[in-house]
Amino acid sequence: MRKVIKGNGAVAHGVRLARAQVISAYPITPQTSIIEELASMVAEGELDARFIKVESEHSAMAGCIAASSAGARAFTATSAQGLALMHELIHWAAGARLPIVLANVNRAMAPGWSIWTDQNDSLSQRDTGWMQVYCESSQEVVDSVIQAFKVSERVLLPTIVVLDAFFLSHTYEDVEIPEQELVDGFLPPLELPQKLDLEHPAALGNLVFPDRYMEFRRKMELAQQHALGVWEEVGREWGELTGRPYGLLEEYRTDGAELVLVCAATAASTARVVVDRMRDAGIPVGLVRLRVFRPFPADAFRAVLGGRRKVLVLDRNCSFGHHGIFHQEIKSALFELPAAEQPEIRGVIAGLGGRDITPEDIEDMLTRAWEGRLEEATTWWDVLPAEDPVRAASVRS
Amino acid sequence: MIEVRIHGRGGQGAVIASQILAEAAFREGKHVQAFPSFGSERRGAPVAAFVRIDDEPVRVRTEIYHPDGLVVLDESLISQKLVDVTQGLKDGGWILINSSHGPERFADLGEYRIATVDASHIAVKHHLGSITAPIVNTAIAGAVASFTHLFGLENLADAIRAHVPIKPDENVAAAMEAAEAVRELAPAAGGR
Repeated sequence: MRKVIKGNGAVAHGVRLARAQVISAYPITPQTSIIEELASMVAEGELDARFIKVESEHSAMAGCIAASSAGARAFTATSAQGLALMHELIHWAAGARLPIVLANVNRAMAPGWSIWTDQNDSLSQRDTGWMQVYCESSQEVVDSVIQAFKVSERVLLPTIVVLDAFFLSHTYEDVEIPEQELVDGFLPPLELPQKLDLEHPAALGNLVFPDRYMEFRRKMELAQQHALGVWEEVGREWGELTGRPYGLLEEYRTDGAELVLVCAATAASTARVVVDRMRDAGIPVGLVRLRVFRPFPADAFRAVLGGRRKVLVLDRNCSFGHHGIFHQEIKSALFELPAAEQPEIRGVIAGLGGRDITPEDIEDMLTRAWEGRLEEATTWWDVLPAEDPVRAASVRS
Repeated sequence: MIEVRIHGRGGQGAVIASQILAEAAFREGKHVQAFPSFGSERRGAPVAAFVRIDDEPVRVRTEIYHPDGLVVLDESLISQKLVDVTQGLKDGGWILINSSHGPERFADLGEYRIATVDASHIAVKHHLGSITAPIVNTAIAGAVASFTHLFGLENLADAIRAHVPIKPDENVAAAMEAAEAVRELAPAAGGR
């Protein structure tokens, strides 16, 4: 059924259709309406799940870990400071190989206090062993939540489904909500190979001596690598069922493109309009939308970017001291190409703290990249001049 | 693509108005987007909400800087110069203002299609909100329908029933009455 819903509602519908059994969550702007809607679905009997109200995000993830350890399909949602507070247990959930799904509404980290979007909250969880998928539309949100449960349960690693604050979370748009029967056929009930069982008592998360710890970690790495193919397979299967296929990344008008823009999330949607406009003007630009960030599809990026003249990576995030994070990772992947196939790479950091990234911004970035007018490896887009490199900026009113 | 900006004050229902307009256009078979100005709202403070309507899926995901039309829920935003309502409005764009006055009063806004409707009076008449704080979003939506023809009244009525949790009949009746009560500035008088 096609309905006008907001991004947060798309998350809730995905969780309902996936028949999550335990939701353990704590509210935070801009995530709040996800769990309000889920609480309402549980109260109204539309979703047969236990909704656990907790006193912090740390406890929210603890609840998911307990539920998942007992074999239940578990879900939580958060943003920014909430995700950071979960961090200890984010590591735990992945190390315990629990297929939890978390929706993170991208929100900038404080201070300065902000409720608006950027990617530093989710990307700070990069090295925890969780998978991450970045969504461009509310349609992709509902589709990706359902796919995330399937992939997570196949590879026994948790997934963060990421959506932009406000540009998706609070924007109403028309979304095709899949039928329950279709999702039931796609996502069977969860059967974990190991779970807490009263008949066969066991302890989980024991002390592991140096002679075995690396083997556990290696298996997490192998599961991540294996997950690349699973995301592709699951995205293809979803496409056969719904007409909406998904891949690790998405190419838009890359045929013959000599300059390729790489970006993720809603900025990629706006970028499509710009690519169309510039192509019409005869400039050979294309777009690659980063979708699955962990596992990182390095082979896919090499295949699509190798041999291009120029690549521009737009990051709505920053690894302070070393470029935007997507920029780093793509550059690292392309380093394995033969020298003759390596494109010139530039990075732009834009839109932090919810600053709008307009079509005019993107066209300007691409024009400057095309004309060789981005001198620095990374350019901070549309910022006031910094007078003093050390002193923190003061807030002037 | 049609882009609409709605100006109001916190509590007047600008965000719900944006959802109703989007839902009504969706029921006409269009693709839509509706969103509030991204921030924290305070009761009585100026707020804005936005709507995009297109035959194709809407890809641009930014705020609206150059709307085709404006809906102003509270004329004091104009008279008290609290908001530069026409900022970025496209040449030849339209403005619909909730006012007890005729559109001539707003001719100074510029060479736009300008109309007024007394949505507050209509809302109060249908017991929507109070005299001091009428809920005007459904009445104004009715006026948008007849002024812009972006959607029909039947689809608007369905949209109101889908989005307004209380007094559905009163809200639909207010929309229908407001649709008949729009006063448009004669084109010749629009310029200066």
